[in-house]
Amino acid sequence: MAINWFKYSSPASFYSLAGKMVPIFVFVALILLAAGLYVGFFVAPTDFQQGEAYRIIFIHVPAAWMSMFLYVVMAFWAGIGLAFNTRLSSMLATAIAPTGAMFTFIALWTGALWGKPMWGTWWVWDARLTSELILFFLYIGFMSLQAAIDDPRRADKAGAIIALVGVVNIPIIYFSVQWWNTLHQGASVSINQAPAMANTMLTGMLIMVLASWMYSIAVILKRTRIIILERESHTAWVAELQKKGAM
Amino acid sequence: MNWSNLSEFFAMGGYGLYVWGSYVVTFICILGEIFLISSRRRTLERQYGLINGLNKKEIKNETTS
Repeated sequence: MAINWFKYSSPASFYSLAGKMVPIFVFVALILLAAGLYVGFFVAPTDFQQGEAYRIIFIHVPAAWMSMFLYVVMAFWAGIGLAFNTRLSSMLATAIAPTGAMFTFIALWTGALWGKPMWGTWWVWDARLTSELILFFLYIGFMSLQAAIDDPRRADKAGAIIALVGVVNIPIIYFSVQWWNTLHQGASVSINQAPAMANTMLTGMLIMVLASWMYSIAVILKRTRIIILERESHTAWVAELQKKGAM
Repeated sequence: MNWSNLSEFFAMGGYGLYVWGSYVVTFICILGEIFLISSRRRTLERQYGLINGLNKKEIKNETTS
């Protein structure tokens, strides 16, 4: 079966496809959220060192992973938009930024609330925390730059430069706990060694990671649809859609 | 089961402030994002409705005059 993938690079066909997909992702996200919270609070045992405080992990780690992952995806689409002048790629990048910024904020916030009881401090200027804060500023910078430029295509290009330059921060965040002596602990889950936690804890965390993924996809698709409508209001297909009442 | 009653659940072994502070703020962020997106969408639909309404009026004016 031959699928013409390029069909969905046109805003018009992407718009209707995304519209059909949003409810599915919302539904899956809700189920995973319920399952993740159940495992996190009722199945996973109390940690022998950290007591119940460790339960922050079920938000903290998924949020931190999403903050980095969404940045890479945002920079990727911004870069594609810059290189090939494809409108939809740039719109996707713009739609990802607020969600990425939100997850970065959540990672920093829950990190502070976890740091206080465990380290005795809300914040330290160690490599992991500082580079994550820089990630937050990169998202904010990307969004404010785009908001400050009236012409959307020029805003796309300017934003793409920030996004691409900022990618260098992602490996710094990820490897900061190995490269420097940080107060933040090392990776809890890595490819080449067994996870440093109980099975049910890990399961709960991974379910929450999947839930965050589904949530992000749903929200980003919904926001992309809005951006498409905002930018393509002058086009024939939008007028057609409106006439049919299928907006 | 980790908790024998509700107050134990809310106390979180003395870490209630930190654990619930994390969860509550996270859910506020998520609900806030959903609210912002829906209101952005509603504004857009209103604008489109306005344009549509104007068009209809124009058509009517053209036909009556």
